Amino acid sequence: MAKIYSIEALEISKKLPKKATIQFLLNYSKALNIIKIGNKNFEILAN
Amino acid sequence: MANVQTPDALLVKNYIAGDENSLSILINRHQSKIYGFIYSKLSDRDMADDIFQDTFIKVIKTLKSNSYNEEGKFLPWVMRISHNLIIDHYRRNKKMPMFRETEDFSIFSIMSDNVPNIESQLITSQVENDLRKLIEELPEDQKEVLVMRMYQDLSFKEISELTGVSINTALGRMRYAIMNLRKVVDKHQIILTN
Repeated sequence: MAKIYSIEALEISKKLPKKATIQFLLNYSKALNIIKIGNKNFEILAN
Repeated sequence: MANVQTPDALLVKNYIAGDENSLSILINRHQSKIYGFIYSKLSDRDMADDIFQDTFIKVIKTLKSNSYNEEGKFLPWVMRISHNLIIDHYRRNKKMPMFRETEDFSIFSIMSDNVPNIESQLITSQVENDLRKLIEELPEDQKEVLVMRMYQDLSFKEISELTGVSINTALGRMRYAIMNLRKVVDKHQIILTN
């Protein structure tokens, strides 16, 4: 039996986040350093 | 040669150990499912990008602070984070709804400014002209008080001093002026509204 796909579902599956968003996340991850002192986390973001 | 995929759990472990490339692989592997899920709830590309970004910022922070303890269930965990962020987004939006212009929806259909358009300016000017003509028909003493009060913005005390009558008389003349105007308006069925 043939499967019925809706156009909307196909459209959604094709969509991907912007390359700039991915690039931002990878750069953010590289720049972020979290240090735990006692029970506190300190975030250090390198430029 | 068989294409062996590194399991998510191992990539997460490597990333925590400092391998930034593992994060890149994880994002590339799951971006379609996660973004598709977010977009299906929001139907807005920019908003979906924002939630996707916030989701992974949370993922990165959790992994880097060694707070992650769901080994082997990386995708469901990320999906849960994005789900919670979508709920937060809708809660915020309920307090401050945001409208975005699309092909089917024009933002100007719900926006308006307070500046009257040409049509209403013309109507206002016409109404004012008609009203002046009606005032001209009033008895002189009533007309005098009404003009001083409405057009010159004088108080009844000032009117009484200028016209040499008591305040009560000035008030009475104003009252009769308005009553007479109403009578004329009703009699001739004149519409004095904008």
